[in-house]
Amino acid sequence: MAAVREAVAPLDLARIRADFPALARRVNGHPLAYLDNAASAQQPAVAIDAVADYERAHHANVHRGVHTLSQEATALYEGAREKARRFVNAASPAEIVFVRGTTEAINLVAQSFGRPRLAAGDEIVVTRLEHHSNIVPWQLLCGQTGARLRVVPIDRRGVVDFDEFLRLLGPRTRIVALAHVSNALGTVLPVAEFIAAARERGIATVVDGAQAVPHMPVDVQALGSDFYAFSAHKMYGPTGIGVLHAREPLLAAMPPWQGGGDMILSVSFEGSTWNHLPHRFEAGTPNVAGAVGLGAAIDYLGRAGQARIAAHEQDLLDYATSKLAGIDGLALVGTAPAKSSLVSFTVEGIHPHDLGTVLDSRGVAVRTGHHCAMPVMEFFGVPATTRASFGLYNTREEVDALHDALLHAIRMLR
Amino acid sequence: MDLSELYRDVIVDHNRSPRNRGRLPAPTHHAEGDNPLCGDRLRLDVDVAGDVIRDLRFEGSGCAISTASASLMSEAVKGKTRAEAAALFGDVHRMLTGELAEAARLGKLAALAGVREFPARVKCASLAWHTLNAALAGSRAPVTTE
Repeated sequence: MAAVREAVAPLDLARIRADFPALARRVNGHPLAYLDNAASAQQPAVAIDAVADYERAHHANVHRGVHTLSQEATALYEGAREKARRFVNAASPAEIVFVRGTTEAINLVAQSFGRPRLAAGDEIVVTRLEHHSNIVPWQLLCGQTGARLRVVPIDRRGVVDFDEFLRLLGPRTRIVALAHVSNALGTVLPVAEFIAAARERGIATVVDGAQAVPHMPVDVQALGSDFYAFSAHKMYGPTGIGVLHAREPLLAAMPPWQGGGDMILSVSFEGSTWNHLPHRFEAGTPNVAGAVGLGAAIDYLGRAGQARIAAHEQDLLDYATSKLAGIDGLALVGTAPAKSSLVSFTVEGIHPHDLGTVLDSRGVAVRTGHHCAMPVMEFFGVPATTRASFGLYNTREEVDALHDALLHAIRMLR
Repeated sequence: MDLSELYRDVIVDHNRSPRNRGRLPAPTHHAEGDNPLCGDRLRLDVDVAGDVIRDLRFEGSGCAISTASASLMSEAVKGKTRAEAAALFGDVHRMLTGELAEAARLGKLAALAGVREFPARVKCASLAWHTLNAALAGSRAPVTTE
C-alpha cells in the first residue's frame, strides 16, 4: 500500500464529501462523523439519483416485455451486471449472479454447490475470524450432509495461521470458505495464497469479499477464487443487492436453488428446463433498482480511484491507531500488520454500549457489540467491542472527534 | 439529547460500585440473563424464605445501565415478598416505557427514568428484573430481553 500511496494524487476530500448528502447532517447538535462504514456505508447522490431515475422513468419488469420501458429496464439491469463483471474482472457476465447480499450469496453456494457434493465425513474449512454469515450457512450444510466444519485458528493480533490452515487441508476437505477482510478486526487475509493452496488440492474456495471491495481493487481471475461474494451497501450502494461471482464451469454444473419465473426456459407439468447462466440463479423479478444503484456506486468508486481510496484510508487507519494509543485503558482488538481501515477496541471500565451512546450524543456514529463475529469476541475474551470503520469520505478531523468523544465518555463514566 | 438524564449520578455510582455483587453460598433460586447482541450477561442468586426474598446477589458483565439496574434492583427487592417484588417490576417496566407518570415514588429506582428517552436501552435496564422473575419461577433457560 505504501507504494500505491506515493504513486497517486490524494483524494479531493471536500468534493468527495459534497457528493454524499447524509454527511451534511448534524446529529444531536454536532456534525455527523459517520464511522460505521463496515456496517453500511453512505451513498453518493449519483447512486441515489440513479435509483430514483430508474423508478421515475424506466421502471418495468425485465427480460419479458417487448415494450420500451421493459427494454430500458433490462438494459439498465444487464448494464449493471456488466459493470459488476468489470469491477471484479470476471471472465464473463454469465459468472455474475445478483443476490440480496453476501449472506444470500454464501447460502446459495452452500445449498446449490455444496449440498449435492458433500457426504458424511467430508470437511469444510473456515477461519476463526469469519462473520456469522460465513459460518452458519456451512453449519446448516453440515447438518444436512453430515460434513464437518474445521476452523483455522488466529493469533492474538488477529492473523490467520496459514501453517495450521495447510495442516487442516486433508483428503476429505471439499470447501474452503474465508473472509478477504475481517469485519470485526480489519485483518486483510492473503487470500490468494490460501486459494492457491486449496486449488492445488482440488478444493473449492469461497471468499466473503464484503469488507474488501470498498477498500481495494479485486480481480477474481488473479485471485483464482471459485466463488467471491460482496454486498452493494458496504461499497456506497443500496441495501438488498449484492453479487455472487462464480466461475462458469462450476456454476454451469450447479442445480438451481430457487425456482420461479425468469430462471426457466420452459415449464410444463412433465418438467421444466432451466434458463442460461446466470439467470438460472435469479428466480423471480429481480431487484432492478438495487442493481442500478450498485452500478452507479461501482462507477463512483472507479472515478474516485481505488488506489487513491486505499492510500487515504491507510492514512486514516495510521492516524487513528496512533491517536487512540494515547488514551489510557484503551486496547485495540485486531492488530494485524495488514489491516483494512477500521479500529476495534475496548476501553477499560466502560462497556461498549455506553461508549456508543456517549459517542452518538457527540455526533460520532460507531458500531458496538459483537459485530456478528461471536467466535472472535470469545477468542479475545471480550463480550463486545467498539468499532470505528472508515470510508473514502472520512477525515482526520472525524478521527479527532472520535478521540475527543472517547475522552468525554471516560470522564463521564469511568 | 441530554445524556445526564440517562447517566444520572446514581446510575454512574451503582455502575462503579455495584451493591450485592457476587454469589450466594446456598441460593434457593437462581437464573441467568443474557443479551448476546449487547454482550450483557448476568447470573442472579436468590435466597427465598417462605414468601420473602431474604437475600440476592448478582454477577456478570454488562453496560452501565444493566449493571446499575441490577444493583438498584438488588437493594429494592431485598426483604420484599414475591408479590411486592412483582408489583415493583410492573412499576419499573411502566417507568422504562414511559407509562408511569409518578416515577418519584419508586425512590432510588427512579434514577432509571431517563432510559425511556433511549428505547434501545430499555432492554438493558429490564434484563435484571426479567432474570429475577425467571429465578423466582424456577426457570432453567437463560432469559433475554432482546
